[in-house]
Amino acid sequence: MTEGGALPAPWQTCTIAEIVQQTPTIKSFFLRLSEPFVHIAGQHVDVRLTAPNGYVAMRSYSIASPPTASDIIELAVERLPDGEVSPFLHDVAAVGDEIELRGPLGGHFLWPEHTTAPVLLIGAGSGVVPLMAMIRQRRALAQVAATALLLSARTRRDVLFADELLSTETADPQFNLALAITREAPERASDFARRIDSLMVAEVVARLSGAPGHVFVCGSNGFVNIAADGALAAGLAAPAIKTERYGG
Amino acid sequence: MVTRGFTGRQAGEGQSDRIPPGQHLVEHFPVLSAGPTPRIEPADWKFTLKIGPRAVKTWNWTEFNALPKTKMTRDIHCVTSWSKLDTAWEGVIVDDILADAGVERPTDFVLAHSYDGYSTNVPLADLASGKAMVALKYGGQPLPRDHGGPARLLVPHLYFWKSAKWVNGLQFTERDEAGFWELRGYHIYGNPWREQRYSND
Repeated sequence: MTEGGALPAPWQTCTIAEIVQQTPTIKSFFLRLSEPFVHIAGQHVDVRLTAPNGYVAMRSYSIASPPTASDIIELAVERLPDGEVSPFLHDVAAVGDEIELRGPLGGHFLWPEHTTAPVLLIGAGSGVVPLMAMIRQRRALAQVAATALLLSARTRRDVLFADELLSTETADPQFNLALAITREAPERASDFARRIDSLMVAEVVARLSGAPGHVFVCGSNGFVNIAADGALAAGLAAPAIKTERYGG
Repeated sequence: MVTRGFTGRQAGEGQSDRIPPGQHLVEHFPVLSAGPTPRIEPADWKFTLKIGPRAVKTWNWTEFNALPKTKMTRDIHCVTSWSKLDTAWEGVIVDDILADAGVERPTDFVLAHSYDGYSTNVPLADLASGKAMVALKYGGQPLPRDHGGPARLLVPHLYFWKSAKWVNGLQFTERDEAGFWELRGYHIYGNPWREQRYSND
C-alpha cells in the first residue's frame, strides 16, 4: 500500500523552455519534459547537474505548476548566494539548455483533491512554491473548500506570484490571502507588518469558515516551527499539520 | 549527461571517498520533518521494546539512562542530498537495549516508532553489532528537540530518515514492514552508497 508518489520515477532530460525573473531573488524555470508526467500539487522533482569530470550535484525543487496535460512544468528557484545549484540555474542556465530531472516525488505533502474541510496554507519566501501549485490545482478543479494562505516575505517585491495571488483572492470569495511583510509597511489592511507568530496564525484561522482540516507549512525550519506551533495553539490537530522544511 | 556550463563545487579536499554519489557536504545541521516538532519532557518519556504486538519491556528516562552508554562519531547522509561528516553522538546501542530486556533475535526485522506517529523499518542486522543506537546526546549536549530530543534512533550507515526522531520504541516484526516514508515512495532499505532513495532505485 502506498499513499501516492511511489511510481518509478526514472531520470529524464528536459529542456529549459522559458526563464522568468519573478522577484529580485527568485526565477521561474519552465521545463519541457521529454517524458511528461501528471503530478499531485505539493510534489517535487530532483534536479541533477553533471560536471565534465563526472561530479554530480543534486537538489530537490517543488513544482509550482498544477498538474495538467501540459508537458511543461514550472519550478521557482531562489538564488542562494552561498549555494551551488541555485546560482548555476540563475546565472548560467539558459533557454534551450538541457537539464536532468526525475519525478514526481514525495507522498506526504500532497493537496487533498476531495476535501470539503477548509485548508490553511502557510509559507515564507520561496516556500510558497508547493502551496502555489495547490492553489492553482484548487482553481483548476473548481474546488470550493475555503482556503487561506498566510505568506511571509521581506518586502512586497519579494512576494512570489503576488499578482496571481491577489487576483485569485479577488475572483474567489472562498480564498483568503494574508501577507506578512517583515521589512516594510504592508499596502493592505488585511496584511500584517511583522514576522509570523501564534496570534497571526490564529487570526488567519479565524478568517476561514471553519476549523481547517488540512494545514500545509513550507519554509525554513525556524519559520515552520513557529507556524506549526501556532496552528497547534489555535487548536488544530498535529496529524492535520504537514510541514516541509528547506533542506541543506 | 554533462550539464552545459556546470563545474560545481566538487567534494571537499581529501573527503570525496566519504561522500556518497549525489550528496554534497554541509557544515550546519539541517532540520527536516514531516509535521510539528513534538514536545516530550524527559519526565514523561518512555521507551518500549515489543515483539509483534507484545510489549517485552518499558524503560522510563532514568532507567534508560542507567543502561551502558556508547559514543559514536559518524558521517550522516540525508536523502535530500546533504551529508555531514564526523557527527558525535552518545547513547545506548541497540545491542545493550536488547540485552537489558533479555531479547536476542526473535525476528530479523524491526520497526522503529516515534512520538509523532512516525515509523521506519530497519533490518535487525543493521541495528545490532554496534551499528546503531538510541542517541541521547549530540555534540556532548542533550539532544535538541529539533534533532529528535530527548532521544532519536541513529542508524548512520543508512539514509537519515531511518534515524527516527523522537523515538519511543522498537518493535520486532515477522516481515520487513514499510514505515512512514517507505509507504510514501521512499526506498525500503536506503543505502546511500547505492543511492537507494526512492522505491525502485
